[in-house]
Amino acid sequence: MINFQYSCASDVTEAIGLLAAHSGAKLIAGGTNLIDLMKESVEKPTRLIDISRLPLRQIEETGDGGLHIGALVPNSDLAYHPLIEERYPLLASAILAGASAQLRNMASVGGNLMQRTRCAYFYDTATPCNKRTPGSGCSAVDGLNRNHAILGTSAFCIATNPSDMSVALAALDAVVHIAGPSGERTMGMREFHRLPGDTPHVDTNLERSEIITAIELPPRGFAGNYSYLKIRDRVSYAFAIVSVAAALEFDGHAIRKARLALGGVAHKPWCSVEAEAALQGQPATTDHFARAADLLLQGARTYAHNGFKVELARRAVMRTLTQAANASPQSQAHKKIA
Amino acid sequence: MTDSTNQIPDRIRLSFVVNGTKRTLDLVPWTTLLDALRDHLGLTGTKKGCDHGQCGACTVLVDGRRINSCLTLAVMKDGAEITTVEGLAQDGTLHPLQQAFIDHDAFQCGYCTPGQLCSAAGLLSEGRAKDADEIRELMSGNLCRCGAYPNIVAAIQQTMSWP
Ligand SMILES: Cc1cc2nc3c(=O)[nH]c(=O)nc-3n(C[C@H](O)[C@H](O)[C@H](O)COP(=O)(O)OP(=O)(O)OC[C@H]3O[C@@H](n4cnc5c(N)ncnc54)[C@H](O)[C@@H]3O)c2cc1C
Ligand code: SF4
Ligand code: FES
Ligand code: FES
Repeated sequence: MINFQYSCASDVTEAIGLLAAHSGAKLIAGGTNLIDLMKESVEKPTRLIDISRLPLRQIEETGDGGLHIGALVPNSDLAYHPLIEERYPLLASAILAGASAQLRNMASVGGNLMQRTRCAYFYDTATPCNKRTPGSGCSAVDGLNRNHAILGTSAFCIATNPSDMSVALAALDAVVHIAGPSGERTMGMREFHRLPGDTPHVDTNLERSEIITAIELPPRGFAGNYSYLKIRDRVSYAFAIVSVAAALEFDGHAIRKARLALGGVAHKPWCSVEAEAALQGQPATTDHFARAADLLLQGARTYAHNGFKVELARRAVMRTLTQAANASPQSQAHKKIA
Repeated sequence: MTDSTNQIPDRIRLSFVVNGTKRTLDLVPWTTLLDALRDHLGLTGTKKGCDHGQCGACTVLVDGRRINSCLTLAVMKDGAEITTVEGLAQDGTLHPLQQAFIDHDAFQCGYCTPGQLCSAAGLLSEGRAKDADEIRELMSGNLCRCGAYPNIVAAIQQTMSWP
Protein backbone atom coordinates (compact mmCIF):
# COMPACT_ATOMS: atom_id res chain seq x y z
CA MET A 1 0.00 0.00 0.00
CA ILE A 2 1.00 3.66 -0.36
CA ASN A 3 2.65 5.52 2.50
CA PHE A 4 0.74 8.16 4.44
CA GLN A 5 0.58 10.04 7.73
CA TYR A 6 -2.09 9.14 10.25
CA SER A 7 -4.11 11.28 12.65
CA CYS A 8 -6.98 10.23 14.85
CA ALA A 9 -9.60 12.95 15.30
CA SER A 10 -11.22 13.31 18.69
CA ASP A 11 -14.09 15.57 17.65
CA VAL A 12 -15.77 16.86 14.49
CA THR A 13 -14.10 20.27 14.70
CA GLU A 14 -10.68 18.67 14.85
CA ALA A 15 -11.49 16.46 11.85
CA ILE A 16 -12.60 19.49 9.80
CA GLY A 17 -9.51 21.44 10.91
CA LEU A 18 -7.20 18.61 9.83
CA LEU A 19 -8.98 18.29 6.48
CA ALA A 20 -8.68 22.03 5.88
CA ALA A 21 -5.02 22.10 6.94
CA HIS A 22 -3.81 19.19 4.79
CA SER A 23 -4.80 19.39 1.13
CA GLY A 24 -3.90 15.74 0.50
CA ALA A 25 -5.81 14.38 3.50
CA LYS A 26 -8.84 12.10 3.48
CA LEU A 27 -11.21 10.90 6.14
CA ILE A 28 -11.34 7.21 6.95
CA ALA A 29 -14.31 5.60 8.71
CA GLY A 30 -14.85 1.87 8.08
CA GLY A 31 -12.04 1.78 5.53
CA THR A 32 -13.78 -0.77 3.31
CA ASN A 33 -13.73 1.42 0.20
CA LEU A 34 -10.82 3.74 0.84
CA ILE A 35 -8.24 1.09 1.83
CA ASP A 36 -9.24 -1.01 -1.17
CA LEU A 37 -8.69 1.97 -3.50
CA MET A 38 -5.40 2.87 -1.79
CA LYS A 39 -4.10 -0.66 -2.35
CA GLU A 40 -4.86 -0.13 -6.06
CA SER A 41 -3.19 3.33 -6.02
CA VAL A 42 -6.44 4.84 -7.22
CA GLU A 43 -6.73 6.97 -4.07
CA LYS A 44 -3.44 8.42 -2.86
CA PRO A 45 -4.08 10.47 0.28
CA THR A 46 -0.95 11.80 1.99
CA ARG A 47 -2.73 11.68 5.36
CA LEU A 48 -5.62 9.68 6.76
CA ILE A 49 -7.82 11.29 9.36
CA ASP A 50 -9.38 8.50 11.37
CA ILE A 51 -12.91 9.55 12.31
CA SER A 52 -13.98 6.10 13.51
CA ARG A 53 -13.80 7.18 17.16
CA LEU A 54 -15.97 10.29 16.81
CA PRO A 55 -19.19 10.24 18.86
CA LEU A 56 -21.48 9.93 15.83
CA ARG A 57 -22.96 6.52 16.56
CA GLN A 58 -26.41 7.44 17.90
CA ILE A 59 -29.80 6.69 16.40
CA GLU A 60 -32.30 9.11 17.92
CA GLU A 61 -35.91 10.13 17.34
CA THR A 62 -36.37 13.69 16.12
CA GLY A 63 -39.06 16.08 17.40
CA ASP A 64 -41.23 15.60 14.30
CA GLY A 65 -41.27 11.80 14.43
CA GLY A 66 -38.30 11.13 12.16
CA LEU A 67 -34.93 9.60 12.99
CA HIS A 68 -31.46 11.13 13.27
CA ILE A 69 -28.71 8.62 12.42
CA GLY A 70 -25.07 9.37 13.25
CA ALA A 71 -22.65 9.12 10.32
CA LEU A 72 -20.58 6.41 12.02
CA VAL A 73 -23.41 3.99 12.72
CA PRO A 74 -22.27 0.73 11.12
CA ASN A 75 -24.46 -0.44 8.22
CA SER A 76 -25.41 -3.66 10.04
CA ASP A 77 -26.41 -1.84 13.25
CA LEU A 78 -28.60 0.47 11.20
CA ALA A 79 -30.29 -2.34 9.26
CA TYR A 80 -31.00 -4.32 12.45
CA HIS A 81 -32.06 -1.38 14.63
CA PRO A 82 -35.59 -1.99 15.96
CA LEU A 83 -36.85 1.46 14.89
CA ILE A 84 -35.49 0.96 11.37
CA GLU A 85 -36.91 -2.55 11.09
CA GLU A 86 -40.28 -1.32 12.30
CA ARG A 87 -40.60 2.08 10.63
CA TYR A 88 -38.17 2.09 7.69
CA PRO A 89 -37.95 -1.55 6.55
CA LEU A 90 -37.15 -0.35 3.00
CA LEU A 91 -33.87 1.06 4.29
CA ALA A 92 -33.09 -2.11 6.26
CA SER A 93 -33.76 -4.23 3.19
CA ALA A 94 -31.56 -2.15 0.88
CA ILE A 95 -28.65 -2.22 3.33
CA LEU A 96 -28.92 -5.99 3.75
CA ALA A 97 -28.89 -6.37 -0.04
CA GLY A 98 -25.39 -4.86 -0.13
CA ALA A 99 -21.89 -6.25 0.43
CA SER A 100 -21.44 -9.02 3.05
CA ALA A 101 -22.14 -9.40 6.77
CA GLN A 102 -18.48 -8.63 7.59
CA LEU A 103 -18.37 -5.54 5.37
CA ARG A 104 -21.66 -4.25 6.76
CA ASN A 105 -20.19 -4.57 10.27
CA MET A 106 -17.34 -2.25 9.22
CA ALA A 107 -19.01 0.14 6.76
CA SER A 108 -20.35 3.43 8.13
CA VAL A 109 -23.36 5.43 6.97
CA GLY A 110 -21.14 8.35 5.86
CA GLY A 111 -18.68 6.07 4.05
CA ASN A 112 -21.49 4.27 2.28
CA LEU A 113 -22.77 7.58 0.86
CA MET A 114 -19.24 8.48 -0.27
CA GLN A 115 -18.21 5.11 -1.77
CA ARG A 116 -16.85 5.43 -5.26
CA THR A 117 -17.87 3.77 -8.52
CA ARG A 118 -16.98 0.15 -9.31
CA CYS A 119 -16.23 0.97 -12.98
CA ALA A 120 -13.38 -1.44 -13.77
CA TYR A 121 -11.43 1.23 -15.64
CA PHE A 122 -11.57 3.51 -12.61
CA TYR A 123 -9.77 0.74 -10.70
CA ASP A 124 -7.27 -0.01 -13.47
CA THR A 125 -4.55 2.65 -13.35
CA ALA A 126 -3.19 1.45 -16.71
CA THR A 127 -6.26 2.81 -18.53
CA PRO A 128 -7.57 6.35 -19.13
CA CYS A 129 -10.35 7.44 -16.78
CA ASN A 130 -11.67 10.97 -16.30
CA LYS A 131 -12.92 10.19 -12.84
CA ARG A 132 -9.52 8.97 -11.62
CA THR A 133 -7.34 11.26 -13.77
CA PRO A 134 -9.31 14.28 -15.04
CA GLY A 135 -8.74 14.92 -18.74
CA SER A 136 -7.33 11.46 -19.52
CA GLY A 137 -10.49 10.25 -21.28
CA CYS A 138 -13.18 7.67 -20.58
CA SER A 139 -12.30 4.07 -21.43
CA ALA A 140 -15.84 2.85 -20.85
CA VAL A 141 -17.71 4.90 -23.46
CA ASP A 142 -16.24 2.76 -26.24
CA GLY A 143 -15.12 -0.12 -24.02
CA LEU A 144 -16.69 -2.80 -21.86
CA ASN A 145 -19.74 -0.93 -20.63
CA ARG A 146 -22.24 -3.67 -19.78
CA ASN A 147 -22.51 -2.48 -16.18
CA HIS A 148 -22.53 1.22 -16.97
CA ALA A 149 -25.12 3.95 -16.75
CA ILE A 150 -28.08 4.54 -19.05
CA LEU A 151 -29.34 7.78 -17.49
CA GLY A 152 -27.71 11.15 -16.85
CA THR A 153 -24.46 10.16 -18.56
CA SER A 154 -22.03 12.51 -20.30
CA ALA A 155 -19.33 12.02 -22.91
CA PHE A 156 -16.85 12.31 -20.03
CA CYS A 157 -18.15 9.50 -17.79
CA ILE A 158 -20.83 6.81 -17.82
CA ALA A 159 -20.12 5.32 -14.39
CA THR A 160 -22.80 4.27 -11.91
CA ASN A 161 -23.02 4.89 -8.20
CA PRO A 162 -22.78 1.48 -6.50
CA SER A 163 -24.54 2.16 -3.18
CA ASP A 164 -27.69 0.23 -2.30
CA MET A 165 -28.34 2.23 0.87
CA SER A 166 -28.35 5.51 -1.07
CA VAL A 167 -31.14 4.26 -3.35
CA ALA A 168 -33.42 3.65 -0.36
CA LEU A 169 -32.41 6.95 1.25
CA ALA A 170 -33.31 8.78 -1.97
CA ALA A 171 -36.67 7.04 -2.12
CA LEU A 172 -37.32 7.96 1.52
CA ASP A 173 -36.29 11.60 0.89
CA ALA A 174 -33.66 11.54 3.64
CA VAL A 175 -31.60 14.60 4.51
CA VAL A 176 -27.81 14.65 4.88
CA HIS A 177 -26.36 16.67 7.77
CA ILE A 178 -23.00 18.25 7.00
CA ALA A 179 -20.43 20.17 9.03
CA GLY A 180 -17.60 22.25 7.56
CA PRO A 181 -15.24 25.13 8.21
CA SER A 182 -18.08 27.64 7.78
CA GLY A 183 -20.63 25.82 9.92
CA GLU A 184 -23.37 23.28 9.44
CA ARG A 185 -25.81 22.72 6.60
CA THR A 186 -28.19 20.09 5.28
CA MET A 187 -28.74 18.69 1.80
CA GLY A 188 -31.54 16.50 0.46
CA MET A 189 -30.42 12.99 -0.44
CA ARG A 190 -31.67 13.50 -4.00
CA GLU A 191 -29.28 16.46 -4.39
CA PHE A 192 -26.33 14.90 -2.58
CA HIS A 193 -24.84 12.94 -5.48
CA ARG A 194 -24.28 14.72 -8.78
CA LEU A 195 -24.24 13.88 -12.45
CA PRO A 196 -20.81 13.53 -14.08
CA GLY A 197 -21.05 16.40 -16.60
CA ASP A 198 -17.54 17.47 -17.57
CA THR A 199 -16.20 17.01 -14.00
CA PRO A 200 -16.77 13.32 -13.23
CA HIS A 201 -13.99 13.30 -10.63
CA VAL A 202 -16.49 15.02 -8.33
CA ASP A 203 -19.05 12.46 -7.10
CA THR A 204 -21.10 14.55 -4.68
CA ASN A 205 -21.95 18.12 -3.70
CA LEU A 206 -19.98 17.80 -0.46
CA GLU A 207 -17.12 20.33 -0.26
CA ARG A 208 -13.60 19.03 0.30
CA SER A 209 -13.29 20.13 3.94
CA GLU A 210 -16.80 19.06 4.90
CA ILE A 211 -17.83 15.99 6.82
CA ILE A 212 -21.12 14.14 6.93
CA THR A 213 -22.29 14.08 10.54
CA ALA A 214 -25.69 12.40 10.19
CA ILE A 215 -28.60 11.31 8.03
CA GLU A 216 -32.13 12.32 8.92
CA LEU A 217 -35.15 10.28 7.96
CA PRO A 218 -38.47 12.10 7.67
CA PRO A 219 -41.46 10.69 9.64
CA ARG A 220 -43.00 8.97 6.60
CA GLY A 221 -41.44 5.50 6.51
CA PHE A 222 -43.72 3.57 4.10
CA ALA A 223 -43.50 0.54 6.40
CA GLY A 224 -46.67 -1.06 4.99
CA ASN A 225 -45.99 -1.07 1.26
CA TYR A 226 -42.40 -1.13 0.13
CA SER A 227 -39.85 -3.33 -1.61
CA TYR A 228 -36.17 -3.27 -2.58
CA LEU A 229 -35.36 -5.46 -5.55
CA LYS A 230 -31.74 -5.90 -6.56
CA ILE A 231 -30.86 -7.62 -9.85
CA ARG A 232 -27.24 -8.84 -10.11
CA ASP A 233 -25.05 -11.50 -11.67
CA ARG A 234 -24.94 -13.63 -8.52
CA VAL A 235 -27.62 -13.56 -5.86
CA SER A 236 -25.48 -12.28 -2.99
CA TYR A 237 -22.27 -10.29 -2.41
CA ALA A 238 -22.43 -8.58 -5.81
CA PHE A 239 -23.19 -5.06 -6.97
CA ALA A 240 -26.49 -4.22 -8.63
CA ILE A 241 -26.94 -4.24 -12.37
CA VAL A 242 -30.28 -2.63 -11.69
CA SER A 243 -31.98 -2.08 -8.34
CA VAL A 244 -35.30 -0.51 -7.42
CA ALA A 245 -36.59 1.01 -4.20
CA ALA A 246 -40.37 1.41 -4.25
CA ALA A 247 -42.63 2.76 -1.50
CA LEU A 248 -46.37 3.35 -1.61
CA GLU A 249 -49.07 4.71 0.66
CA PHE A 250 -52.72 3.97 -0.04
CA ASP A 251 -56.03 5.75 0.46
CA GLY A 252 -58.37 2.80 0.05
CA HIS A 253 -57.48 1.47 -3.39
CA ALA A 254 -55.89 4.66 -4.64
CA ILE A 255 -52.20 5.42 -4.26
CA ARG A 256 -51.84 8.46 -2.02
CA LYS A 257 -48.08 8.76 -2.18
CA ALA A 258 -45.48 6.96 -4.30
CA ARG A 259 -41.71 6.95 -4.09
CA LEU A 260 -39.36 5.36 -6.58
CA ALA A 261 -35.59 5.29 -6.95
CA LEU A 262 -33.35 3.31 -9.27
CA GLY A 263 -29.85 2.07 -8.56
CA GLY A 264 -27.17 0.79 -10.94
CA VAL A 265 -28.33 2.99 -13.82
CA ALA A 266 -26.79 6.41 -13.16
CA HIS A 267 -24.10 8.42 -11.40
CA LYS A 268 -26.62 8.91 -8.57
CA PRO A 269 -29.80 7.25 -7.30
CA TRP A 270 -32.24 7.97 -10.14
CA CYS A 271 -35.57 9.56 -9.22
CA SER A 272 -38.31 11.32 -11.17
CA VAL A 273 -41.02 13.43 -9.57
CA GLU A 274 -43.07 13.00 -12.77
CA ALA A 275 -43.02 9.22 -12.39
CA GLU A 276 -44.05 9.51 -8.74
CA ALA A 277 -46.78 12.06 -9.51
CA ALA A 278 -48.17 9.81 -12.27
CA LEU A 279 -48.94 7.15 -9.67
CA GLN A 280 -50.66 9.49 -7.26
CA GLY A 281 -54.42 9.02 -7.03
CA GLN A 282 -54.28 5.95 -9.30
CA PRO A 283 -55.11 2.33 -8.52
CA ALA A 284 -52.21 -0.11 -8.25
CA THR A 285 -52.48 -1.62 -11.71
CA THR A 286 -49.89 -2.87 -14.19
CA ASP A 287 -50.81 -0.08 -16.64
CA HIS A 288 -50.03 2.64 -14.16
CA PHE A 289 -46.85 0.89 -13.05
CA ALA A 290 -45.71 0.64 -16.67
CA ARG A 291 -46.40 4.33 -17.22
CA ALA A 292 -44.39 5.24 -14.11
CA ALA A 293 -41.52 3.03 -15.28
CA ASP A 294 -41.52 4.69 -18.69
CA LEU A 295 -41.47 8.15 -17.13
CA LEU A 296 -38.64 7.15 -14.81
CA LEU A 297 -36.61 5.80 -17.73
CA GLN A 298 -37.35 8.72 -20.05
CA GLY A 299 -34.22 9.89 -21.84
CA ALA A 300 -32.35 6.64 -21.32
CA ARG A 301 -29.35 6.31 -23.60
CA THR A 302 -27.52 3.04 -24.06
CA TYR A 303 -23.99 2.03 -25.09
CA ALA A 304 -22.61 -1.00 -26.94
CA HIS A 305 -23.12 -3.55 -24.15
CA ASN A 306 -25.79 -2.19 -21.80
CA GLY A 307 -28.83 -1.88 -24.04
CA PHE A 308 -30.54 -4.64 -22.05
CA LYS A 309 -30.62 -2.44 -18.96
CA VAL A 310 -33.56 -0.33 -20.16
CA GLU A 311 -35.99 -3.23 -20.46
CA LEU A 312 -34.53 -4.88 -17.35
CA ALA A 313 -35.05 -1.69 -15.36
CA ARG A 314 -38.55 -1.24 -16.74
CA ARG A 315 -39.58 -4.74 -15.71
CA ALA A 316 -37.82 -4.43 -12.36
CA VAL A 317 -39.70 -1.21 -11.59
CA MET A 318 -43.02 -2.84 -12.41
CA ARG A 319 -42.17 -5.93 -10.37
CA THR A 320 -41.02 -3.91 -7.37
CA LEU A 321 -44.13 -1.71 -7.44
CA THR A 322 -46.26 -4.88 -7.56
CA GLN A 323 -44.37 -6.32 -4.58
CA ALA A 324 -44.88 -3.05 -2.70
CA ALA A 325 -48.59 -2.86 -3.54
CA ASN A 326 -49.11 -6.47 -2.45
CA ALA A 327 -47.19 -5.87 0.79
CA SER A 328 -44.91 -8.75 -0.20
CA PRO A 329 -41.48 -7.12 -0.20
CA GLN A 330 -38.51 -8.90 -1.76
CA SER A 331 -36.72 -11.01 0.85
CA GLN A 332 -32.95 -10.52 0.84
CA ALA A 333 -32.36 -14.05 2.20
CA HIS A 334 -34.94 -16.11 0.32
CA LYS A 335 -34.05 -15.24 -3.22
CA LYS A 336 -37.12 -16.16 -5.18
CA ILE A 337 -38.58 -13.00 -6.73
CA ALA A 338 -42.19 -12.80 -5.60
CA MET B 1 -0.16 22.61 3.86
CA THR B 2 0.72 19.38 2.13
CA ASP B 3 2.18 16.31 3.74
CA SER B 4 5.40 15.33 2.04
CA THR B 5 5.29 11.82 0.67
CA ASN B 6 9.05 11.48 1.17
CA GLN B 7 8.73 11.93 4.88
CA ILE B 8 8.62 8.51 6.52
CA PRO B 9 5.98 8.63 9.24
CA ASP B 10 6.91 7.48 12.70
CA ARG B 11 5.88 4.06 13.79
CA ILE B 12 2.83 4.19 15.97
CA ARG B 13 2.66 2.26 19.22
CA LEU B 14 -0.58 0.36 19.66
CA SER B 15 -1.86 -2.52 21.69
CA PHE B 16 -4.72 -4.91 21.42
CA VAL B 17 -5.74 -8.08 23.16
CA VAL B 18 -5.39 -10.99 20.78
CA ASN B 19 -6.93 -14.30 21.82
CA GLY B 20 -6.81 -13.20 25.44
CA THR B 21 -3.21 -11.93 25.46
CA LYS B 22 -2.25 -8.25 25.37
CA ARG B 23 0.12 -7.52 22.47
CA THR B 24 1.93 -4.24 21.88
CA LEU B 25 3.35 -3.35 18.48
CA ASP B 26 5.14 -0.42 16.84
CA LEU B 27 3.80 -0.25 13.30
CA VAL B 28 3.85 2.05 10.29
CA PRO B 29 0.33 3.39 9.76
CA TRP B 30 -0.36 1.48 6.52
CA THR B 31 -0.09 -1.93 8.19
CA THR B 32 -3.45 -3.66 7.85
CA LEU B 33 -4.80 -5.65 10.78
CA LEU B 34 -4.32 -8.76 8.64
CA ASP B 35 -0.61 -8.06 8.09
CA ALA B 36 -0.17 -7.17 11.76
CA LEU B 37 -1.60 -10.54 12.79
CA ARG B 38 0.27 -12.62 10.24
CA ASP B 39 3.59 -10.82 9.83
CA HIS B 40 4.09 -9.15 13.20
CA LEU B 41 2.40 -11.57 15.60
CA GLY B 42 3.03 -14.80 13.70
CA LEU B 43 -0.66 -15.70 13.76
CA THR B 44 -0.80 -17.19 10.29
CA GLY B 45 -4.10 -19.00 10.83
CA THR B 46 -5.88 -15.95 9.41
CA LYS B 47 -5.47 -16.15 5.64
CA LYS B 48 -4.92 -13.58 2.91
CA GLY B 49 -7.02 -14.52 -0.09
CA CYS B 50 -7.78 -11.42 -2.13
CA ASP B 51 -6.63 -8.59 0.17
CA HIS B 52 -9.63 -6.57 -1.14
CA GLY B 53 -12.66 -7.57 0.92
CA GLN B 54 -13.89 -9.96 -1.74
CA CYS B 55 -13.30 -13.42 -0.26
CA GLY B 56 -13.60 -13.45 3.56
CA ALA B 57 -10.46 -15.56 4.17
CA CYS B 58 -9.17 -12.83 6.50
CA THR B 59 -12.27 -12.74 8.71
CA VAL B 60 -11.56 -12.22 12.42
CA LEU B 61 -13.69 -11.08 15.35
CA VAL B 62 -13.03 -7.57 16.65
CA ASP B 63 -14.85 -6.78 19.88
CA GLY B 64 -17.03 -9.79 19.09
CA ARG B 65 -17.99 -8.69 15.56
CA ARG B 66 -16.77 -10.36 12.39
CA ILE B 67 -14.87 -8.11 10.01
CA ASN B 68 -12.45 -8.38 7.06
CA SER B 69 -9.02 -7.75 8.59
CA CYS B 70 -7.54 -6.89 5.16
CA LEU B 71 -9.59 -3.69 4.92
CA THR B 72 -8.82 -2.15 8.28
CA LEU B 73 -5.65 -0.59 9.61
CA ALA B 74 -4.06 -2.03 12.72
CA VAL B 75 -3.76 1.48 14.22
CA MET B 76 -7.52 1.89 13.94
CA LYS B 77 -7.99 -1.12 16.23
CA ASP B 78 -5.80 0.16 19.08
CA GLY B 79 -7.40 -1.05 22.32
CA ALA B 80 -9.63 -3.64 20.66
CA GLU B 81 -10.18 -7.25 21.60
CA ILE B 82 -9.43 -9.58 18.70
CA THR B 83 -10.19 -13.25 18.23
CA THR B 84 -8.58 -15.19 15.42
CA VAL B 85 -9.05 -18.83 14.47
CA GLU B 86 -6.21 -19.68 16.88
CA GLY B 87 -8.38 -18.39 19.73
CA LEU B 88 -11.56 -20.35 19.01
CA ALA B 89 -10.61 -23.58 20.80
CA GLN B 90 -10.67 -23.33 24.60
CA ASP B 91 -8.41 -25.37 26.91
CA GLY B 92 -7.63 -27.90 24.23
CA THR B 93 -11.28 -28.45 23.31
CA LEU B 94 -12.37 -27.53 19.82
CA HIS B 95 -15.00 -24.85 19.41
CA PRO B 96 -18.35 -26.49 18.54
CA LEU B 97 -18.07 -25.00 15.06
CA GLN B 98 -14.64 -26.56 14.55
CA GLN B 99 -16.00 -29.95 15.64
CA ALA B 100 -19.02 -29.53 13.36
CA PHE B 101 -16.78 -28.66 10.38
CA ILE B 102 -14.91 -31.93 10.99
CA ASP B 103 -18.13 -33.92 11.47
CA HIS B 104 -19.55 -32.58 8.20
CA ASP B 105 -16.37 -32.63 6.14
CA ALA B 106 -16.87 -28.89 5.61
CA PHE B 107 -13.52 -28.23 3.92
CA GLN B 108 -11.18 -29.63 1.35
CA CYS B 109 -7.98 -27.57 0.97
CA GLY B 110 -8.83 -25.67 4.17
CA TYR B 111 -7.65 -22.28 2.97
CA CYS B 112 -10.98 -20.57 3.49
CA THR B 113 -11.72 -22.44 6.72
CA PRO B 114 -10.28 -20.05 9.34
CA GLY B 115 -12.33 -17.26 7.79
CA GLN B 116 -15.41 -19.48 7.55
CA LEU B 117 -15.07 -20.42 11.23
CA CYS B 118 -14.64 -16.87 12.49
CA SER B 119 -17.46 -15.69 10.24
CA ALA B 120 -19.74 -18.47 11.46
CA ALA B 121 -18.86 -17.59 15.07
CA GLY B 122 -19.91 -14.01 14.32
CA LEU B 123 -23.09 -15.23 12.65
CA LEU B 124 -24.01 -17.30 15.72
CA SER B 125 -23.61 -14.39 18.09
CA GLU B 126 -25.58 -12.06 15.78
CA GLY B 127 -28.49 -14.52 16.05
CA ARG B 128 -30.07 -13.46 12.75
CA ALA B 129 -29.89 -16.68 10.77
CA LYS B 130 -32.83 -18.97 11.42
CA ASP B 131 -32.78 -21.34 8.44
CA ALA B 132 -30.45 -22.64 5.74
CA ASP B 133 -31.30 -19.83 3.30
CA GLU B 134 -30.44 -17.24 5.92
CA ILE B 135 -27.18 -19.03 6.75
CA ARG B 136 -26.28 -19.03 3.06
CA GLU B 137 -27.07 -15.33 2.72
CA LEU B 138 -25.28 -14.27 5.89
CA MET B 139 -22.22 -16.42 5.05
CA SER B 140 -22.01 -15.09 1.48
CA GLY B 141 -18.99 -12.98 2.43
CA ASN B 142 -16.91 -16.17 2.67
CA LEU B 143 -16.02 -17.78 -0.62
CA CYS B 144 -14.87 -21.39 -0.82
CA ARG B 145 -12.92 -22.18 -3.96
CA CYS B 146 -13.31 -25.91 -3.26
CA GLY B 147 -17.08 -25.55 -3.16
CA ALA B 148 -17.64 -27.06 0.28
CA TYR B 149 -20.70 -24.83 0.72
CA PRO B 150 -23.38 -27.49 1.39
CA ASN B 151 -21.24 -29.04 4.14
CA ILE B 152 -20.39 -25.65 5.64
CA VAL B 153 -24.10 -24.83 5.87
CA ALA B 154 -24.79 -28.24 7.42
CA ALA B 155 -22.00 -27.75 9.98
CA ILE B 156 -23.35 -24.36 11.01
CA GLN B 157 -26.87 -25.77 11.23
CA GLN B 158 -25.62 -28.55 13.50
CA THR B 159 -24.00 -25.97 15.78
CA MET B 160 -27.14 -23.85 15.85
CA SER B 161 -29.30 -26.73 16.98
CA TRP B 162 -27.03 -27.47 19.92
CA PRO B 163 -28.57 -26.53 23.25
C1 LIG C 1 -16.25 -6.76 -1.89
C2 LIG C 1 -17.17 -5.61 -1.64
C3 LIG C 1 -18.50 -5.70 -1.99
C4 LIG C 1 -19.37 -4.64 -1.76
N1 LIG C 1 -20.68 -4.74 -2.14
C5 LIG C 1 -21.52 -3.70 -1.97
C6 LIG C 1 -22.86 -3.74 -2.40
O1 LIG C 1 -23.32 -4.75 -2.93
N2 LIG C 1 -23.64 -2.66 -2.20
C7 LIG C 1 -23.17 -1.53 -1.60
O2 LIG C 1 -23.94 -0.58 -1.43
N3 LIG C 1 -21.91 -1.44 -1.19
C8 LIG C 1 -21.07 -2.50 -1.37
N4 LIG C 1 -19.77 -2.40 -0.98
C9 LIG C 1 -19.25 -1.08 -0.58
C10 LIG C 1 -19.41 -0.77 0.88
O3 LIG C 1 -20.77 -0.57 1.17
C11 LIG C 1 -18.63 0.51 1.12
O4 LIG C 1 -17.26 0.21 0.97
C12 LIG C 1 -18.86 1.09 2.50
O5 LIG C 1 -20.20 1.45 2.67
C13 LIG C 1 -17.98 2.29 2.73
O6 LIG C 1 -18.08 2.71 4.08
P1 LIG C 1 -16.77 2.89 4.99
O7 LIG C 1 -17.21 3.46 6.28
O8 LIG C 1 -16.01 1.64 5.05
O9 LIG C 1 -16.01 3.99 4.12
P2 LIG C 1 -14.45 4.34 4.02
O10 LIG C 1 -13.77 3.37 3.15
O11 LIG C 1 -13.89 4.59 5.37
O12 LIG C 1 -14.57 5.74 3.29
C14 LIG C 1 -15.07 5.84 1.97
C15 LIG C 1 -15.03 7.30 1.55
O13 LIG C 1 -15.96 8.05 2.32
C16 LIG C 1 -15.31 9.16 2.93
N5 LIG C 1 -15.99 9.33 4.22
C17 LIG C 1 -16.18 8.38 5.18
N6 LIG C 1 -16.92 8.87 6.19
C18 LIG C 1 -17.20 10.16 5.87
C19 LIG C 1 -17.94 11.22 6.52
N7 LIG C 1 -18.55 11.02 7.69
N8 LIG C 1 -18.02 12.41 5.90
C20 LIG C 1 -17.42 12.62 4.70
N9 LIG C 1 -16.72 11.67 4.04
C21 LIG C 1 -16.61 10.46 4.62
C22 LIG C 1 -13.86 8.77 3.02
O14 LIG C 1 -13.02 9.90 3.03
C23 LIG C 1 -13.69 7.95 1.76
O15 LIG C 1 -13.43 8.79 0.67
C24 LIG C 1 -18.88 -3.46 -1.15
C25 LIG C 1 -17.55 -3.37 -0.77
C26 LIG C 1 -16.69 -4.43 -1.01
C27 LIG C 1 -15.25 -4.31 -0.60
S1 SF4 D 1 -17.12 5.59 -16.93
FE1 SF4 D 1 -16.28 7.18 -15.57
S2 SF4 D 1 -15.19 5.96 -14.06
FE2 SF4 D 1 -15.46 4.61 -15.84
S3 SF4 D 1 -13.67 4.93 -17.21
FE3 SF4 D 1 -15.22 6.39 -17.84
S4 SF4 D 1 -14.63 8.23 -16.68
FE4 SF4 D 1 -13.68 6.54 -15.63
S1 FES E 1 -8.30 -11.34 2.17
FE1 FES E 1 -9.72 -10.05 3.16
S2 FES E 1 -11.54 -10.48 2.10
FE2 FES E 1 -10.09 -11.60 0.93
S1 FES F 1 -11.89 -25.60 1.53
FE1 FES F 1 -10.66 -24.98 -0.14
S2 FES F 1 -11.33 -22.92 -0.38
FE2 FES F 1 -12.75 -23.67 1.02
